[in-house]
Amino acid sequence: MATRRFILQTMGGLAFAGGGLIPRIARAGLPQGAIDTGVLETLPGKQPLIKRSYRPPNYETPGEYFNDVITPNDRFFVRWHLANIPSVDASAWRLRVGGDGAGQPFELTLDQLMREFAPAEIVAVCQCAGNRRGLSDPHVPGVEWGYGAMGNARWKGARLKDILARAGLRKETVEIAFDGADRAPLEATPDFVKSIPTWRALDENTLVAYEMNGAPLPHWNGFPARIVVPGWTATYWVKQVVNITALTQPLASFWMNTAYRIPKGKFPLVDRFVSQESETTTPITEMVVNSLITNLKDGQRCAAGKPVPVRGIAWDGGYGIRRVDVSIDEGRSWERAELGADSGRYSFRPWQFTLAPHTRGRVVVMARASNAQGATQTEELIFNGPGYHNNVIQRIGLEIA
Amino acid sequence: MKLRVRVAVASLAVAYSVGCWADEARVQLKDGPEAVTVRAHCSVCHSLDYIQMNSPFMKRAAWEAEVRKMMKVMGAPIAEQDVASLVNYLTKNYGVD
Repeated sequence: MATRRFILQTMGGLAFAGGGLIPRIARAGLPQGAIDTGVLETLPGKQPLIKRSYRPPNYETPGEYFNDVITPNDRFFVRWHLANIPSVDASAWRLRVGGDGAGQPFELTLDQLMREFAPAEIVAVCQCAGNRRGLSDPHVPGVEWGYGAMGNARWKGARLKDILARAGLRKETVEIAFDGADRAPLEATPDFVKSIPTWRALDENTLVAYEMNGAPLPHWNGFPARIVVPGWTATYWVKQVVNITALTQPLASFWMNTAYRIPKGKFPLVDRFVSQESETTTPITEMVVNSLITNLKDGQRCAAGKPVPVRGIAWDGGYGIRRVDVSIDEGRSWERAELGADSGRYSFRPWQFTLAPHTRGRVVVMARASNAQGATQTEELIFNGPGYHNNVIQRIGLEIA
Repeated sequence: MKLRVRVAVASLAVAYSVGCWADEARVQLKDGPEAVTVRAHCSVCHSLDYIQMNSPFMKRAAWEAEVRKMMKVMGAPIAEQDVASLVNYLTKNYGVD
């Protein structure tokens, strides 16, 4: 058991679990129970991932795999709400397009989806809305994710707008809803159905994807087809999609009206989901600007006088990363990192920086990304009950000897 | 009635256990007089590591809110008279005062 257990040295709460005079934000780590149960486990067809829960399966990607801009399919995180996940037979699978906003409902086979619509490809970050929830201070209930409930892939599929065009969308349509083949063990549990505003469904970048990094989607990531909403959190990226429904009234359900909502006005977001807004809350939409240092471990020893390469990734809701800055003096001064290859505005953007530590002792490396909107990461958590949008500046302590 | 509910829930758990992922059976909850009830109710829809993962930071009121969410929102067939023992167990073993 001990050899199978993987205590999160790099990407979990322990990364921040140092002593000393570190600020409040730096103390935020995973709950002890999540550290104790966060073992490496292997789902069929996957490489070992950090297990958060067995059933429904929730597994996050270990940090070292973010050194590559593209996350391999067999390392891609897994997140399900409902425990009954069928093995979908591709030849029997059908995608039903309908709803009261669709003038001409129809069905598609997988072969039709692939052949009858011009394929589109896009590199895009798929990030769980609750990524980093486990670092919330105070802790909040839910899947206690560390840093790895996200991945970046090249998605290929049909544009949703082309599919909706065939359905003869009525102008009264306010939302497009997606239902997957997954079901809850209990009939009484609300089915996981999610909707997006019509304008976002008609965006040319919104896909019904059937390929991920040049291969069919893994079962655990939604085979044979899933919704891809670049820039928006993964709650809308419905897996094993079987129904696309055009709605002339806003979708009323637990998963829309209660779950996946954020307080209004607390986050610097642009995209609104007006048909679902309430007085005080709004559905989560686009991702906030964020970054991750991927090549250093907390507590790592480095030799004084020798250059230390710092590498990482940055991403946002699709406006594009404008800059990444690095600080080694608790944020008093920042130096600009070098941005790497641009794979598109929805992709992870790699960056690198070279530290030249001369003084011995502890150095805290911090990275802060900013996007084309001028939005940047926060120094203190913007606390919210569900633990969404945690983009607190990361801190990695190095021992310079 | 109480017994009947428990039996029904326990058999549901068995019915869905065929869908469990490989290592779920290794999850060991802490012992206690209410542990059987907790296992029977909670494992119908999810593995029991959800409880461990969400510990120890919830007070009694937060654990009770979770149990009632499972009843009201998720439709868990938990009898009202079982709520107290579930909440007692969760608070004592996986909560904070």
